[in-house]
Amino acid sequence: MSALPSDESAALDGILQRHRHDPTRLLQILIDAQDIAGWLPAPVLTRIAAGLDIPRARVEGVAGFYSFLYTRPVGRYRVLFSDNITDRMLGNAELLDALCRKLWIEPGKMSEDGLVSVTTTSCTGLCDQGPAMLVNGQAIGQLNHRRINEIAEMIRQQRPLELWPAEFFQVDDNIRLKGALLGLEMAPGEALKAAIARGPEGWLAEMQASNLRGRGGAGFATAVKWASARNAPGELKVIVCNADEGEPGTFKDRVLLNRYADLVFEGMSLAAWAVGAGEGFVYLRGEYRYLRPQLEAVLARRREAGLLGKNILGQPGFDFDIQIHLGAGAYVCGEESALIESLEGKRGTPRIRPPFPVIKGYLGRPTVVNNVETLAKTCLVALHGGADFAATGTAQSAGTKLISISGDCAMPGIYEYPFGAQISRILEDCGASDTQAIQVGGASGICLASYEFQRRIAYEDVPTAGAFMIFDGTRDLFEVARAFIHFFAHESCGFCTPCRVGTSLLKGFMDKLADGHGAKADLNDIDWIDRLLKNASHCGLGSASPNPVIDTLQKFRPAYERRLVSLDFEPAFDLDAALAEARQLTARNDPGAHLKTHEEEEK
Amino acid sequence: MTKQFLLDGLPVPFEDGQTVLEAARAAGHYIPSLCWHQDFPPHGSCKLCVVKAAGRHVSACATPAKEGWEVESNTPEINGERRGLLQMLLVEGNHFCPSCEKSGNCELQALGYEYEVLTPRFRHFFPERPVDASHPDVLLDFNRCIFCELCVRASRDIDGKSVFALTGRGIDKHLVVNAESGRLADTDFAKTDRAANICPVGVILHKRVGFAVPIGERTFDLATISEKTLKEGSS
Repeated sequence: MSALPSDESAALDGILQRHRHDPTRLLQILIDAQDIAGWLPAPVLTRIAAGLDIPRARVEGVAGFYSFLYTRPVGRYRVLFSDNITDRMLGNAELLDALCRKLWIEPGKMSEDGLVSVTTTSCTGLCDQGPAMLVNGQAIGQLNHRRINEIAEMIRQQRPLELWPAEFFQVDDNIRLKGALLGLEMAPGEALKAAIARGPEGWLAEMQASNLRGRGGAGFATAVKWASARNAPGELKVIVCNADEGEPGTFKDRVLLNRYADLVFEGMSLAAWAVGAGEGFVYLRGEYRYLRPQLEAVLARRREAGLLGKNILGQPGFDFDIQIHLGAGAYVCGEESALIESLEGKRGTPRIRPPFPVIKGYLGRPTVVNNVETLAKTCLVALHGGADFAATGTAQSAGTKLISISGDCAMPGIYEYPFGAQISRILEDCGASDTQAIQVGGASGICLASYEFQRRIAYEDVPTAGAFMIFDGTRDLFEVARAFIHFFAHESCGFCTPCRVGTSLLKGFMDKLADGHGAKADLNDIDWIDRLLKNASHCGLGSASPNPVIDTLQKFRPAYERRLVSLDFEPAFDLDAALAEARQLTARNDPGAHLKTHEEEEK
Repeated sequence: MTKQFLLDGLPVPFEDGQTVLEAARAAGHYIPSLCWHQDFPPHGSCKLCVVKAAGRHVSACATPAKEGWEVESNTPEINGERRGLLQMLLVEGNHFCPSCEKSGNCELQALGYEYEVLTPRFRHFFPERPVDASHPDVLLDFNRCIFCELCVRASRDIDGKSVFALTGRGIDKHLVVNAESGRLADTDFAKTDRAANICPVGVILHKRVGFAVPIGERTFDLATISEKTLKEGSS
């Protein structure tokens, strides 16, 4: 075992102690340990394994799973450009290149002095104010060449982040249209008092009457979930708020957590009251780490006000508290069973179901996992009653829905609509024109062409977790789909064969088409992989991953066909591209160094 | 009366708690698998056991049988998917059957024959996976790993050693051993461990026994994998 410098060693011991040497805290320990040196050297992993009395290989397994954990050195300034399609449309690639040129580095490689590394990351949830980046976990939006120049200069001067201009880190809420939830002004505890007055059974009945369904996308009835967990055997029950808002193009939870945190926490307490749970977790995606201090402050305030802790609001035996658990860059952890694995300090691999989390979840305990928005909405039910809640929306989709609008429109931001709102009206409200297509529900959602804009946002028509990305007539829908496939290939957990290999194969086929080597045979293979992913994947990530391709192939087929060079077969191997390394080594890029030009000249 | 479901139209009896795969094999019907093993709980990662139950694709190894179900397994559609999954596994790693010590004893290769994998179909990934020859008795050739995690599970749950784990994510997922050096020699691994004798492919190889049984007389030279599996199930 290699030795650690004594100051690092002491810091690590402090971290292990703070987490009570508890292996279920492994992910949190790794995140904290990484703050010591900016990355996780091998001896640190060994030390953590010893401190937790678990095999080192398990620690290495977890450290290698999450994008924001580094087992190799990274720059003291870690710059991650958000790479959602909306960032791409706003020119993030050019800005990334510009920054790299100014800092004399290559994307994805650390500078030789260890000062800085620059690369891309999956959507950081700032699509309404992109292009965006994270610098050492701090979000910066509205990037442009001027900002990039300043950033390059400050990195070169090694100026600490705390001394960067505060306006760089300003994240706007961009609330454009308020409905029942965003317009709600509630004193903390008010909803909880109303629910306690009804008793757990009465409160659950009210929830049943509300017909509230999960806002994370799947649309499962919240009251049914709560009742199942309530009736499940087991003394200790758990409420989890799923704040792993990783679906590209979605940022409503960011706004709820930033401005309406009390409603979210109150919703968790309401769930605890119904279910009889004593323990609550907020699973906060690593990209939103910058929200943590203010969330902790709200929790502290609620504890002081007797809204968390023992005998809440003087109700004997109503004990419930909430802790925040950080993610570290893994979209798959938005899947509830993967989220629970991650909460237990493991790799975020989705579990085999059944058993479902409401029966056997966190540490085998009955566990309710609800979306941020779902939980906030339970406050409305508690305050005004289930019938009142169900009066808005459609028969199958009660209440309102928060929509995160980004892309080609005048006013991106958060809009709250009653369910049943027509797509065309939403487009009008946000100032979109010449709209060619919309991606509703994020990468895993559905792509709508203009002839479908009379459709409605509702579980029974166009369901959505909240993303609404707009593409006008200048956009290439093939590139949109390709960006999403790259996303899925990057985010696949790798557990099952179809998703692990299939998403990478699909990415390869899309790149082949993009590079001008596509053939009709490729479209057949794409079709086949799409179907296999849909049918045979272990979890929702895999089965949703081909959606962007399936939709765009069906609705925007010419975008694919004009990329085909052959109706039959065209090899994927590109002889000229294979010479790229030789060209780089010899610093040549003249026509003679390219195979095709060479052949053509001979002719 | 015992409960039963229909597998490709034929009745298969089962007891409560039995999975589709277990019941089918007990009744003499072959459903393929790579990551499933009778001594461990279902894993459900390789997806070779995919079947269509009541119109929905499920993993036969992880799905409890249900009374009256109609299950499709040996159909052109499902077998085509299995062939595709095998092709995916074959292009994902580096598999050179002619020079592999496991040839003829390898379940992936045997399934390739069973499901008529005649071409790689997809582009090869050619991943870089250095071998680990550090251990005195055992060689690790990661090129052939299919991530069934049988060694991970056996070492953890039977040997009590946790010599193996998976790290990385997605297509970059890979096997590591329980040592800071990353070398098998620096673990407490022994050739008598259950984990040393469970790999369905050619990752974990015993040294000094190369080609002791000649090609042509090996397990799957004598019987196909479906014949062998069903024979073992009935004995």
